[in-house]
Amino acid sequence: MHETGENSGDNILEVRDLVKHFPVRVGVLFKRVIGHVRAVDGVSFDLKRGETLGVVGESGCGKSTLAQVLMRLEPPTSGSATFEGRDMLAMKGAELRKLRRDIQIVLQDPYTSLNPRMTVGDIVGEPFEIHPEVAPKGSRAGRVRDLLDVVGLNPEHLNRYPHQFSGGQRQRIGIARALALKPKVIVCDEPVSALDVSIQAQVMNLLGDLQSEFGLSYVFIAHDLSVVRHLSDRVAVMYLGKVVEIGTEEEIYERPTHPYTQALLSAVPVPDPELRGRRQVIRLEGDVPSPVDPPSGCRFRTRCWKAQDVCAEEEPALEIRAANHPSACHFAEQRSIVP
Amino acid sequence: MPSDPSPVLNPATPGGPVPTTVGATGSEFDTTKARKQSTLIVKRFLRHRLAMASLVVFLLIAAFGFLGPLFWTVSIEDTSSRGYLPPSAEHPLGTIQTGKDMLAQLIVGTRLSLAISLVVALGSTIVGVIMGTLAGYLRGVVDSAISRFVDLMLIIPQIAVAAILVRALSGSWYVVALILAAFAWMQTARITRGETLSLSQREYIEAARAAGAKTRWIIFRHLVPNMVGTITVNTTLAVATAVLSEAALSFIGLGVQSPDTSLGLIINENYSQITNRPWLFWGPFVIIVLISLAVNFIGDGLRDAFDPRQTKVRS
Repeated sequence: MHETGENSGDNILEVRDLVKHFPVRVGVLFKRVIGHVRAVDGVSFDLKRGETLGVVGESGCGKSTLAQVLMRLEPPTSGSATFEGRDMLAMKGAELRKLRRDIQIVLQDPYTSLNPRMTVGDIVGEPFEIHPEVAPKGSRAGRVRDLLDVVGLNPEHLNRYPHQFSGGQRQRIGIARALALKPKVIVCDEPVSALDVSIQAQVMNLLGDLQSEFGLSYVFIAHDLSVVRHLSDRVAVMYLGKVVEIGTEEEIYERPTHPYTQALLSAVPVPDPELRGRRQVIRLEGDVPSPVDPPSGCRFRTRCWKAQDVCAEEEPALEIRAANHPSACHFAEQRSIVP
Repeated sequence: MPSDPSPVLNPATPGGPVPTTVGATGSEFDTTKARKQSTLIVKRFLRHRLAMASLVVFLLIAAFGFLGPLFWTVSIEDTSSRGYLPPSAEHPLGTIQTGKDMLAQLIVGTRLSLAISLVVALGSTIVGVIMGTLAGYLRGVVDSAISRFVDLMLIIPQIAVAAILVRALSGSWYVVALILAAFAWMQTARITRGETLSLSQREYIEAARAAGAKTRWIIFRHLVPNMVGTITVNTTLAVATAVLSEAALSFIGLGVQSPDTSLGLIINENYSQITNRPWLFWGPFVIIVLISLAVNFIGDGLRDAFDPRQTKVRS
């Protein structure tokens, strides 16, 4: 990719052309494959040590599938990914176990991500039981208390059940569980989208504090651009399984070049009533096309106001075209959205 | 068990909002104290009155069957008395047609019926839960294989297999239990498979897999505890069904064989006397009904006890 030349030794995670297709089968006894849902269709990015990469896009664009593949919960269809220089998609056995300690996940819904039959102590301590080599048995209770303390919960609440906590507290429990094995990378799969706005900020600040305290790298998935901006160093914008634009937080938010990014940014609510109405709002028409049968050429062309014949014929590569960062649009041009 | 069922009113605030029992010593709401989950489950079960009463009834019946021979030493094979004697001091429940003592019959019958139904319930639950969760969690080929096997077992007539096995092996109680268990696990397997399919989509399963948990860990730490209500209810139903199925098998001569006896066999031998000598029928009948009811209520209590969201004191 584009940043690889500079200092690839700094990259903790390198993903190249990652593809995940889900076959669509019909038939009762003899199942026939009639097509594929192209959930992730050629995604490449780098994640630097200690960095946060935001991944944004609307529902169904493949963000969560990307997380599943990175967590080795779903096998990829093709593509490669290296973790600290080693091929993480080929790992097996003991090596995979070690990888599971290094990459952890914070899940979206705090109401289903905690087993209602387990106490908080059991939930946060579960990774220690799966990886007994991390903490000897006697020290586990202490470790769990420390973890609860780190995420801002009362360590004395270890015998409570998840239903006795609020949404924000539950998400903190989920974060404590992810931290238990001292991971290097945490994939956050929309960790705040199920929370109240006021709680969102608390959880985001907690994630930020933990990052600087433990030197974590985040892949931060969200559909809310302002949430991503708060935390991310770099942002990748996804549309229908592909990255359409990637750049630093400033490049994406101040100088977006892809029409889809521009449309997304123009839809972010403006808190200042004085500024409302002065900004040009780009309204996209129609729905996201089906990922089973994506449009030819540029996938965004069916909803793009700039679309020409060339967009249907030739798929635009993700390369630097304007404003010094990669964008997958034949007619990429800088456009300031936020007034 | 607290004798006062109403929540403790704080006399310091009459008419005011009734304080919840948070922080009250000895209450399960006191979550600041370290307490094991098993302790909480026992505590909640002890509060379930119907279940506790049923447990007492069940234990009494079990004691009757297993400890009865210590107090009532008449042999079930003793045919020295005349047949169809009415109840007397010598034979408290009279005698049956062959002159055997009814009380002794009842003791042995209860013991064997209980043993059979418990073995059937446990065996079919264990097999059914393992099959069902494996099918539901692993999906794909495993699911197809197990589900088709369940379908196959459901269409094989139990009576035919029982006829062959009882002849080929023996009419011992454990052979009967084996036959009944072999035809009782499919229900549990189907139910747990369905529940597993839905539970597998929960994010905590994903989190456990992301931490590297193996299939066995996920089944026994996450899936089974979340299905415990369904499983216990099913097991208790299986006990009741097993008592009845055993009676049915014995009725057509493919169950427990004489000189052993079971509640079903006793009913069988005496159902024609229901109008003339009702004591011969009602004894085993009442015991069967009591076992079924008691086990069902115990299952109710267990299900509630295993649910951490059930925190209220029951009336």
